[in-house]
Amino acid sequence: MNSSLILAQGAESTQVGNPLVNIAIFAAFVGITLVIVLKASKNNKTAADYYAGGRSFTGTQNGTAIAGDYLSAASFLGIVGAIAINGYDGFLYSIGFLVAWLVALLLVAELLRNTGKFTMADVLSFRLKQRPVRIAAAVSTLAVCVFYLLAQMAGAGALVSLLLGIDGKLGQSLVIIVVGALMIMYVLIGGMKGTTWVQIIKACLLIAGALIMTVWTLALFGFNFSELLGKAAEVAGNPELLNPGLKYGMSGTSKLDFISLALALVLGTAGLPHVLMRFYTVPTAKEARRSVVWAIWLIGAFYLFTLVLGFGAGALIGPDRIKAAPGGVNSAAPLLAYELGGTLLLGLISAVAFATILAVVAGLTITAAASFAHDVYASVIAKDKTTPEKEMKVARRTVVIIGIFAIAGGIGAQGQNVAFLVALAFAVAASANLPTILYSLFWKGFKTRGAVWSMYGGLSSALLLIIFSPVFSGSETSMIPSIDMAIFPLANPGIVSIPLAFLLGWLGSITDPGVEDITKQAEMEVRSLTGVGAEKAVDH
Amino acid sequence: MSAESQPDVTDDIDFVAERDSEEFQELRKTHRSFVFPMAIFFLVWYFAYVLLADYFHDFMSIKVFGNINMGILLGLLQFVSTFVITALYVQFSNNKLDPKASKIRERLEKEGVN
Repeated sequence: MNSSLILAQGAESTQVGNPLVNIAIFAAFVGITLVIVLKASKNNKTAADYYAGGRSFTGTQNGTAIAGDYLSAASFLGIVGAIAINGYDGFLYSIGFLVAWLVALLLVAELLRNTGKFTMADVLSFRLKQRPVRIAAAVSTLAVCVFYLLAQMAGAGALVSLLLGIDGKLGQSLVIIVVGALMIMYVLIGGMKGTTWVQIIKACLLIAGALIMTVWTLALFGFNFSELLGKAAEVAGNPELLNPGLKYGMSGTSKLDFISLALALVLGTAGLPHVLMRFYTVPTAKEARRSVVWAIWLIGAFYLFTLVLGFGAGALIGPDRIKAAPGGVNSAAPLLAYELGGTLLLGLISAVAFATILAVVAGLTITAAASFAHDVYASVIAKDKTTPEKEMKVARRTVVIIGIFAIAGGIGAQGQNVAFLVALAFAVAASANLPTILYSLFWKGFKTRGAVWSMYGGLSSALLLIIFSPVFSGSETSMIPSIDMAIFPLANPGIVSIPLAFLLGWLGSITDPGVEDITKQAEMEVRSLTGVGAEKAVDH
Repeated sequence: MSAESQPDVTDDIDFVAERDSEEFQELRKTHRSFVFPMAIFFLVWYFAYVLLADYFHDFMSIKVFGNINMGILLGLLQFVSTFVITALYVQFSNNKLDPKASKIRERLEKEGVN
């Protein structure tokens, strides 16, 4: 009784906007996307339909979907909040997230599209020994997807208290179940086609919403960005807000930690399995290139908006009010929306934030399911003696299992500090996936042992370093504050695990006594650059 | 399994001979001569920026005009350079890579059918 009274009072004094409006706009989004998913699912006949949307999306559509897949709630709410509170150091994130796309554009996207079918493992195992490489690639794909998925689902719970005014644990759990169930339905019915459309719609809403808020904020300052910056520093009472160092400049360790993070961000993106899988949804390598180009423009524009929004939130609301609001740092963008456009704009931005979680978890789930059904089940368990129908059945079952796991994980992670999971997913992608991708595309001498060592070595070193780091134990903000086994000082393992994985890939290859198939190697090279024999779009 | 499971034109192609052909080596050289230097360039430029932001706070705090300091300016330049490299790569691919690649692909696909 007592505590609920305090909660109610707290909600009254800090809650802004109308939760009903937020829910109504979100329900409209769900309704519209469901109709589109149902329509898109009519053509889901083959594995190429289910995993790769029939390879029939245009580069522009796929590029928009990539932006939808990539711009998670963490990058929207998180970066705006980080800039509002930490000023310049928040901006550093977005630069890494954007520049990383050049790795995908120049070195990975087209070559991958030309050599693979559905999953990252298709490419990595193309010219090496199928079974060990495929299993290793599937393991690291599943690891990245699970970390990312848990982070998103845990974030959903936190968003609920912020946007819908639901503070109780039971209420938050219910919302996580609803989000999870919706996601399972989208992926089960719509496959890659449905998932892609959800991401396209979400990306348009998110970028349009951010654009409106950006122009509005700038207009309040007479379109003078310098004045906006000055006001933000003045409200914060700290001119250092505009200079680097507020977050990472504290000590030698934190500076090193930032370099480690920067490495994982810039090299991780092109190794994220759910991003790689999107390149198979277009008919040709040229369309894959077009996809990345579109994604770069959209993502770049979006991060420029967040720069204005972050300092705008700092100037118009102020760091103190943001930190005091439910949701803390994450509430900067919603509070700014309310300040600008009142209940309606807040409702729109809230619904977009939810749609963002939904779209990102859907993309992760279909990637994990495809990897399990295609790489683990069809190639390893059934030893290639399965039918596409059976493989798709396995994929659909995996979707349900992953969905239930995500719901359980999301509920279990409530109140836990799991913010490190996204950084971990990037670190694993950069350590376990990217070295092997680059080696197999560009180094003739790359061998099976190198691939296996690099993938397992990258994955396990990133994991171990996180477990023995301060984010896991030993400090107040750790996941488990009560014990202390933090012997590795950095929160980001990339600075060790990425070079280690590159080294292991080289060392394993030069010590591998086996021989690789030289025709396959030549075939991969010719295919990757010319696109001969690449999977075409499915005709209906 | 990526190659065997599909009925495909590539079964009859001698990929080793094709890879060693002058035409393909030329394509490979053209591709690498652009993407490798460009990748090294943007990585060096990005990490130079990261190191500046991480260790040279005084330099990054120099005001250039109004409240815009070196940090913001260089950060925005990272956006500009990303956009420019993207545009350059598209132009290079359309003009230099695609014609060579499609010529080889079309020839191989025709040979594969025979």
